Amino acid sequence: MAAHRCSNCAALLILCSLSVFIVVDSQETTLNGGHHATTVHNPQTTTGTAEQTAEPAVEERRWEATAVEEATPDDDDDAAASDKQDTSAPETVDPSSVPQPKDDFQEELVIRPLHSGDIYASFQFRTVWETDFMRGNKVSHYRLFPKSLGQVISKFSVRELHISFTQGYWRTMQWGQPFQPSPPGAELWVWFQDSVTDVDGTWKELTNVLSGIFCASLNFIDSTNTVQPSASFKPLGIGNETDHRFLRYATLPREIVCTENLTPWKKLLPCGSKAGLAVLLKSEKLFHSSFHSQAVHIRPVCQDWQCKTTSWELRQTLNVVFDLHNSAQGKREWSLFKMFSRTLTEACPLASSSKIYIDITDNPQGEQFEVSPATPLLSQAVVLGDRRTFSVYDLTQQITFGTVRSLNLLIRWKSSEGDMLRPLLHAERYVAGYGLQTGEIHTLMYNNHPYRSFPVLLLDSVPWYLRLYIHTLTVTSKGKDNKPSYIHYQPSKDRLRPHLLEMLVQLPPNSVTEVTVQFERALLKWTEYTPDPNHGFYVGSSVISSLVPSIVAMDTNSTRERPLFSSFFPCKEESSYFVRVYTEPLLVNLPTPDFSMPYNVICLTCTVVAVGYGSLYNLLTRSFQIEEPSPGLAKRIANIIRKMRGVPPL
Amino acid sequence: MGLLSDPNRRRALISLLTRLNSPICVVCYMAGVAWFMGLAFEPFTLRTYMSENAMGSTMVEERFPAGERALTTGREFSAHKKKAGGMPVDWLVKTMQARGLEVFTQRFSRKLPFPDENKERYMVKGTNVYGILRAPRAPRTEALVLSAPCTPGDSNNQAVGLLLGLAQYFRNQIYWAKDIIFLVNEHDLIGMQACITFSPDSCRGGSIQAALSLELSSDVITSMDLVLEGLNGQLPNLDLANLFYAFCQKIGVLCTIQGKLQRNDWDSVSGYSHSVQTMMLMVMKQASGRPWGDHGLFLRYHIEAASIKGINSFRQYKTDVTTIGRLLEGMYRKLNNLLERLHQSYFFYLMPSLSHFVSIGYYMPAFGLLAVILLLRALDLWVQLATPPPRTEDGITDKEQVSSPGVLSVLTPLVISHLTGVALYTLPIQFQEMAVEQFPVSETEAVVLTAIGVYTAGLALPHNTHRLLSGEGTEQGWRVLKLVAVLYLAVLLGCTALINFSLGFILALTLVPVAAFVTPHVPKVLSAFILVILSPACTLLFSVFFFQELQELPVSFQEGWLLYLSVISQGILDHFLYGSLVYPLIALLVYPCWLLFWNILFWK
Repeated sequence: MAAHRCSNCAALLILCSLSVFIVVDSQETTLNGGHHATTVHNPQTTTGTAEQTAEPAVEERRWEATAVEEATPDDDDDAAASDKQDTSAPETVDPSSVPQPKDDFQEELVIRPLHSGDIYASFQFRTVWETDFMRGNKVSHYRLFPKSLGQVISKFSVRELHISFTQGYWRTMQWGQPFQPSPPGAELWVWFQDSVTDVDGTWKELTNVLSGIFCASLNFIDSTNTVQPSASFKPLGIGNETDHRFLRYATLPREIVCTENLTPWKKLLPCGSKAGLAVLLKSEKLFHSSFHSQAVHIRPVCQDWQCKTTSWELRQTLNVVFDLHNSAQGKREWSLFKMFSRTLTEACPLASSSKIYIDITDNPQGEQFEVSPATPLLSQAVVLGDRRTFSVYDLTQQITFGTVRSLNLLIRWKSSEGDMLRPLLHAERYVAGYGLQTGEIHTLMYNNHPYRSFPVLLLDSVPWYLRLYIHTLTVTSKGKDNKPSYIHYQPSKDRLRPHLLEMLVQLPPNSVTEVTVQFERALLKWTEYTPDPNHGFYVGSSVISSLVPSIVAMDTNSTRERPLFSSFFPCKEESSYFVRVYTEPLLVNLPTPDFSMPYNVICLTCTVVAVGYGSLYNLLTRSFQIEEPSPGLAKRIANIIRKMRGVPPL
Repeated sequence: MGLLSDPNRRRALISLLTRLNSPICVVCYMAGVAWFMGLAFEPFTLRTYMSENAMGSTMVEERFPAGERALTTGREFSAHKKKAGGMPVDWLVKTMQARGLEVFTQRFSRKLPFPDENKERYMVKGTNVYGILRAPRAPRTEALVLSAPCTPGDSNNQAVGLLLGLAQYFRNQIYWAKDIIFLVNEHDLIGMQACITFSPDSCRGGSIQAALSLELSSDVITSMDLVLEGLNGQLPNLDLANLFYAFCQKIGVLCTIQGKLQRNDWDSVSGYSHSVQTMMLMVMKQASGRPWGDHGLFLRYHIEAASIKGINSFRQYKTDVTTIGRLLEGMYRKLNNLLERLHQSYFFYLMPSLSHFVSIGYYMPAFGLLAVILLLRALDLWVQLATPPPRTEDGITDKEQVSSPGVLSVLTPLVISHLTGVALYTLPIQFQEMAVEQFPVSETEAVVLTAIGVYTAGLALPHNTHRLLSGEGTEQGWRVLKLVAVLYLAVLLGCTALINFSLGFILALTLVPVAAFVTPHVPKVLSAFILVILSPACTLLFSVFFFQELQELPVSFQEGWLLYLSVISQGILDHFLYGSLVYPLIALLVYPCWLLFWNILFWK
């Protein structure tokens, strides 16, 4: 339980570093008495009195350790645990020489019923390991942390690694903002440690290794699709190093995600798919959905408030949206069984916390939908700038599963309305123009905030075979020229590196900002075409990162139960929130020869060159004259004689 | 080529060609026409076959059940259309949303250069409504379009009903890999253009792979007609036609092209003339360069598109809407299977029937035979110019005399005739207001009559040219001018035929004889009459009558004349609205070229 508190601290730190994981300040409140609250605080107070003299940092870590110990089904007495603590206490003063690294695993599922009638399920599995790969430590003993990833981190001196595989496009207009945004296809960005000398070589090796681990075509990442963004991707973990020489970013918009990527991803979980929430991850249902995205994020986080030592955090997230019409046959009724064709019977035994959250913000009095079984636990959190309320189901409590010993959450809609949303920030992109010579990329960024303008960072990485005419770059909002305050442009090199364009643009309130740039389509060499050249060539999504003024801050006449003195100046954490928006990838046709008839073409060109051109050239450059062959000696003599005789020659 | 590098044999060949020039030209012309007519003869043509692998081997099962419901929706749409007095935007938005689509509306307004009297519109304001079915787990990169026009009056309600029915059915299927855009467009092509020319709120769903436009005006139909001809005579990939034909065969729907059923008696005279009719209709439509259905503008964007029209005639065999729904379902599922754009089959073809086609390799020789006449005439002229006239004493001085006015005598008519062309292109639109003020005509009449006026005024060109030219035109002078004009015409027709074969061929049919026979020495009045008869404007007039004849809707001369005027105004409108190239091509290039020959006839 203390581990839970520790995660709160970590979460606050994440917020400060503008995280994409926006789980902020989750305070659990109880409705039916202080039953749960006491269970949370009980161990804290008892051990707090037992070891008052110890350092707070040590105390925190120890609590985490005991929590993990207690999470196992083995229900030994507390004395054994406290004995262990006593023996380990003197050793943990020096963090680098921890004999047995301690780790902690949490799992969580958030279900959000969407306005459109679809349903959004977001899994998060978090493993925190108190060990340090940073200083070249060779770690050989692994417990909860997957060994394959641990070895990758230490071998390639990775400081931070973010990889996502997405099938489908997140429909912001219908679904609102996702908890973890990701572009269609595969996305990989890695911060290396500053001890790495050959970053490009390491990156190449790393992508190949990851390609094997996740059964994905990450080995297609090479210099032609890798960029080093200067501002858009900052480290999410601790550390102040922001030299973007150690950052590599690449996307593969064409990557198709399917079961072969899901299986290795599930194998990284401590319980696999045998127990806990991961039981629900059955591929036949997960891939019968409108949107599927799975990701792995590794980063260093603080172990405690003082942040003297770091631990490694591995977050595995999986987001899926089930479709009202396909999966539910148009009935607005969802259950765990209907979504995943499984119900839950237990938490993962290795998990220190295992919870299901259901977003009931739009449903305070239960007039929109009803959730059964009901739960007394409620939780509030500011997520993506909006204060949300969640029903919480704690899977570690047997009472959650009821008498049937299985949990099948049921959400039944009462009303049906499917209006489009107006998210504060969203973006789209398309290619305009016709013909196969030139074209124009349009990126539209919508700021739907009624009165606040805010800046966004736009990142565009365009393959070299679309030759951008950067002088045609225009940024307009409300019909007026909008001058970006920061532009970082790296031109492409043919067959070596892509274009990189980063801009900081201020979006005026309630406006559409349009970024256009013209391009020319290159003619590839004939071996450079893909096997299906007429399908077109992909251009990865634009990335728009921004601090968006939050809805909570917009809510000026708040009638919530807040003391007046706390609500005059907007709180920093709540005034704006970090959002990353990905546009759709583009499919662009390049001029393509007719590959079905190379033989005809070769024959024809050879014939034309050999016969037609040769002869014509001959005819045009030479002049033809009739020339008498020189007569023989006898004839010449005869002619001389004839000349003397005055007779015409022969 | 060895033949040409031997001077003796070259001389012999050239003398043969110059001596027999006229007979060879006549033979070529006859052969060209005969070849062209032979294209409609079935044994000479190829059967259509599906080239695209992704659409061929996998058969899909069609299950669309809800034809009756679609008709009810269509009636509802009609009622709301009447109530709203136009596009029932709100109702459509609500209905599409209820079917689980992402719905957008697009307002557009357009001011025509002059009022369109056929469709009675000038200031056009309208709204497109489109709903996008987002394919599950697809990254919005590819899309298909199904559109139905919202037309005034009582037509096409069933098409919108079926479109909405299909949307509902498609929405519940999991197998879509491409987004499907269901579009109800107002003001036919103007709405369509607003939809596909990219602007911040145009119909976007990634790159569109294929589009079908549906027109349906009755509850039961007897046959489905396929319309392929798009803007500037562009055609969709032949596989799209094959797909339609394959599914019509599979489901058992009568299908037609150019409104003509297919016949099996190719060996009889009537069977042959039937396929000639079908092919000629296609040639005429393609030559007109205007979009013959709402799909016409997609082709420019390299989007394969066709229109499908339901026809209810007095046949016994009837097809209900469920069957048409299944036909479309099958076609869309096959298009959904596409891995690449349709590119395997032909883009240049003529269809004497739905099951047979003539590819570019077969029809080009017909044009080539006509074009070679021009080259032969040019060769003849060149030889005539190169061999000095058989005067021995002052041959050299004569030559110099000829060559010095040569440049000017060629340039002046060239420039003047092109200026006339520019006038023909610009004046009708420029002077419409003035003409309306001066004469009791409407704007449209003003434009058309101005065009005809400028065209006729151009006939006075020789007079003007001669006033500018100093002295008399020489014998050499007209030869040089004709040589230039013939080569100019050859290049012009060649380029036109590559882009739009039908237009090139029809122009060649009329202009090549003109170019071949005209000299200052032929009888003036008769030749002038022939020249005028074969001029582009008269070709258009004859084409109008011929087209009506082919459609089996013969018209009287009076009606034909009115039709002719409206065709001219349509042509000008198509150019200014959609960018059709036929009007500028005729005005700026073909007409000036014809004027050169007119000039030669009146050479002094």
